[in-house]
Amino acid sequence: MNLILHVWRQKNADAPGRMVRYEARDINPHMSFLEMLDVVNQGLIDKGEEPIAYDHDCHEGICGMCGFMINGVAHGPERGTTVCQLHMRHFKDGDELYLEPWRSRAFPVIKDLAVDRSAFDRIIAAGGYISVRTGNAPEAGSILVPKEKAELSMDAAACIGCGACVAMCPNGSAALFTGAKISHLGLLPQGQPERDRRAIAMVVQMTKEGFGHCTNVGECEAVCPKRIKIEVIARMHRDYLRAALVGD
Amino acid sequence: MSESLRNDGRIWVPKRKGDTRAPGEIPVDERDYFLERKYPAFGNLVPRDVASRNAKAVCDEGRGVGPSGYGVYLDFRSALQRLGRAVIDERYGNLFEMYADITGEDPYTAPMRIYPASHYTMGGLWVDYNLMSTVPGLYVIGEANFSDHGANRLGASALMQGLADGYFILPNTIGDYLATTQFEKIETTHAAFRSVEAEVAANTRRLLEIQGTRSVDSFHRELGKLVWEHCGMGRTAEGLKQALAKIPELREQYWKDVRVLGDGDEFNQSLEKAGRVGDFFELAELMCRDALERNESCGGHFREECQTPEGEALRNDAEYSYVSAWEFRGAGNAPALNKEPLEFEYVHPSQRSYK
Ligand code: SF4
Ligand code: FES
Repeated sequence: MNLILHVWRQKNADAPGRMVRYEARDINPHMSFLEMLDVVNQGLIDKGEEPIAYDHDCHEGICGMCGFMINGVAHGPERGTTVCQLHMRHFKDGDELYLEPWRSRAFPVIKDLAVDRSAFDRIIAAGGYISVRTGNAPEAGSILVPKEKAELSMDAAACIGCGACVAMCPNGSAALFTGAKISHLGLLPQGQPERDRRAIAMVVQMTKEGFGHCTNVGECEAVCPKRIKIEVIARMHRDYLRAALVGD
Repeated sequence: MSESLRNDGRIWVPKRKGDTRAPGEIPVDERDYFLERKYPAFGNLVPRDVASRNAKAVCDEGRGVGPSGYGVYLDFRSALQRLGRAVIDERYGNLFEMYADITGEDPYTAPMRIYPASHYTMGGLWVDYNLMSTVPGLYVIGEANFSDHGANRLGASALMQGLADGYFILPNTIGDYLATTQFEKIETTHAAFRSVEAEVAANTRRLLEIQGTRSVDSFHRELGKLVWEHCGMGRTAEGLKQALAKIPELREQYWKDVRVLGDGDEFNQSLEKAGRVGDFFELAELMCRDALERNESCGGHFREECQTPEGEALRNDAEYSYVSAWEFRGAGNAPALNKEPLEFEYVHPSQRSYK
């Protein structure tokens, strides 16, 4: 199949960017979107043009490195899918696609489709951990976790930190991401000692990084490749409020 | 796909060569559940090296499935009947979804098609019991070090080692190192820093100045094919020698003809990849050298010359019961082999049998 791509090319954070038109020819429909881009890049290298920069790593939908907008939708048209797991069979021969980087004040463009998501790291560093001393192996089962809580926590832990939620949100809010991390730890007994401190520290950091505020639009949930539920945002607000009012 | 799927999936190929019927149309008595047939005690749960080798063997015989012939079926039909869809969903939902995404086929109705790939490096960087490498103060943790691996990688071993190293060992050993070592303040004007900086800069310049005709990826792919062919699931002395002759040639070509565009002062993924692929030549060569030196079959290392009459891996404990610690002696020099004997006090190695 053949496609027309319009790709955002931007040399670095300070240079102005623009859309450039490319043709992707003889694409095998079983290829992933990234494999298709590799074909385009190989053609560019052959012509002596710099290849399109984009982030990626595992190609299995589990690491959170990949991601860009395809026709205005984060990670493209398939639900619950990262671009590395999006396959060309979902497109039609002759389709015209517009590829752009995540756009958010807190995610400056590094080059082309690659953006700097270190703001997420700083949110995690602010409180996304537990600091119990590990010592020797504790006996499994000495801390009981109700199955329902374990499942909810596990669902939240599925967040891979890709940033699609921010990119799709009209407010550029990181509430889904931060809510997922706060839920993941706050639902487990091991996460209780620091629960109040964590909620406040992570929410404060999120605001400092320049992410917008959540107004319950719900676009984040719709594009999240890990199908994180918007409930995590409610949980984050609840934890924050509780900590602010009665926390230590 | 994840190895955990073998807990409930059954692996099979058609009995007859060139049988192109859809899997659902092949009656049960015309299927060969080859792992269950050959290893009745362990069935589909034999270790990964045994499972991989047998899958490769049936495909080499011409009984592989799918358009390429490189595939065997991983079938959940009986598990779905026995346990119901809800249980299978709970256990493997994410993996089934991943499979459906990649292939566009529904694994709930048609069996998955899988093919093994080699897990090339069973080892990693040498470390001592505290996980410190030969460079003082440089600790190597998780799968990157060699310490917890035998001749096979096992399911979830990456996770296990990451947790064990990070949870139980490092909190004690790194703290001890930091507390008991005197550190002098080192500036970036230090001679060692200067020389490494110059070396890195020269290497970067060199890669950018080659301005050859072939992309980094094309070399990467060619190297991968070479290693896949000669140092893959089955190896022979002859094949390994061929690889050892071809890798240096390819490396030489690389440093003459690779095309890395852009510059070295900003984000440049091609340049980054070029540095890595440059290193892969060394690693590939070392793997082949090590595989050639180890004149026995052991775990994932299957030397075709060394097998039992039934085609199982044949070890030679008398001569090879050691870890090969290869010492880097500078680029372009052959590495030196240090043998670290394996001593078994309580459990002694024996010929494996999964019959
Ligand atoms: S919540 Fe979803 S969209 Fe947002 S970072 Fe996590 S995985 Fe990506
Ligand atoms: S490359 Fe890892 S999630 Fe896409």
